[in-house]
Amino acid sequence: MSVKDRVIAIIAEQAVLDVDQVSPEMRLDELGIDSLGLVEAIFAIEETFDITVPFNANAPEKSSFDMSSVASVIAAVEDLVAQSA
Amino acid sequence: MRRVAITGAGTINALGHDVATTLTAMREGRCGIGPLEFRDVDRLQIRIGGQVRGWEAEAHFNRQDLALFDRFTQFTMIAARQAVAQSGLDFSGRLGLECGVVLGTAGGGVNTWDENYRTVYEDGKNRVHPFVVPKLMNNAAASHVSMEWNLRGPSFTVATACASSNHAMGLAFQMVRSGAARAMITGGSEAMLCFGGIKAWEGLRVMSKDACRPFSANRNGMVQGEGAGVFVFEDWDHAAARGADILAEVAGFAMSSDAADIVMPSQAGAERAISGALRDAGLNPADVGYVNAHGTGTAANDKTECAAVAHAFGADADRLMISSTKAMHGHLIGGTGAVELLACIMALRNGVIAPTIGYEEPDPECALDVVPNVAREAKVGAALSNAFAFGGLNAVIALKRA
Repeated sequence: MSVKDRVIAIIAEQAVLDVDQVSPEMRLDELGIDSLGLVEAIFAIEETFDITVPFNANAPEKSSFDMSSVASVIAAVEDLVAQSA
Repeated sequence: MRRVAITGAGTINALGHDVATTLTAMREGRCGIGPLEFRDVDRLQIRIGGQVRGWEAEAHFNRQDLALFDRFTQFTMIAARQAVAQSGLDFSGRLGLECGVVLGTAGGGVNTWDENYRTVYEDGKNRVHPFVVPKLMNNAAASHVSMEWNLRGPSFTVATACASSNHAMGLAFQMVRSGAARAMITGGSEAMLCFGGIKAWEGLRVMSKDACRPFSANRNGMVQGEGAGVFVFEDWDHAAARGADILAEVAGFAMSSDAADIVMPSQAGAERAISGALRDAGLNPADVGYVNAHGTGTAANDKTECAAVAHAFGADADRLMISSTKAMHGHLIGGTGAVELLACIMALRNGVIAPTIGYEEPDPECALDVVPNVAREAKVGAALSNAFAFGGLNAVIALKRA
């Protein structure tokens, strides 16, 4: 499975949707993922890819890890995976 | 209904090992937060905290005690010794039948859990010390206090996360006020600064890596502390009759539940607890000069709390002083309200308002007088202490100058 497919699977699980209902242009808030869901998704991403995601729930906008849309999460994870390789 | 006096106080926390040292540090705006020191700290992302330094348990307790006292119990016993000594009460006779202990803690013996899980999981041993259970149980501290001072009335432990000790002190207050007890030892304790304790908190992504800056626009999370605060709450007439030095009057208490979210705070819930405490104490907003805030330094708490205080106090919010001492001693979780009550007593008794240190940038969502960085002298007749827990459980105590 590609990084993209695995990230979509993680987000879909948090949003309680099927993977084919989640597409890259969607925003995480419109998928109904709240602050706890976000933190849980980050945990799943870290565990899946064995990476550390820089994210502080107090200042999400200041994080270099852009969690706004599915596409931005995929891009950020691809970046971190590449860095850790 | 009886009036309730505080006739003893004790503490150990990152700012000091007793009340006098702690209040001096608060007055000077000293920061007790620094690099954490314990096993495997290098495997943590969060490496700062308000740790109790220079603590030598062996200097205070014998070998038998130490086999049974987790760190949170040790802190409780030290603080209780100070409080009981200051009160001058002797519980050995009949008085002990009418007195008890209500203490708050969120985690209880976290270090004991951590060390013994390590023993069986990491070290692969198949045996742990026989006293693990009586050492780690949340009521261990309350029970040891009852045994040490022969307190044979109602005793129990309250666990409501970050509001534990405010709930405990509120219940102790109600018991003395109603006549159910003559005096109560109350407060709270926490000791979760260990690898497992911080590792668990890290996961929530609400902890700061550098500093606790309550109400400051650039705040980036909470910093944990450890320690205990313990008080003697006594029937006012009983205290007055024996000529006791009364530190302050406990005048009111209220609790409320948000019934909304397991971690996010609610303005309405906080406001109901604040207004309820004022009502219970027979105070008007104009009577209150100081609020010791919950003020965790998280984005969510501080703006919600300021909105709740502003709404509960109305026009009087403009001249109110509100500070968070957590920037100095850290967030003691279940013990935090107890240590913070000391700041309220200092405001009432000494006319000194503890500052919110680490304050760097005004936040329009926290537009109250947060007493930034430097302590202030002021005559205060009444003070509130706020605590708002995960799980939406709120507890606010009102004190009056004695």
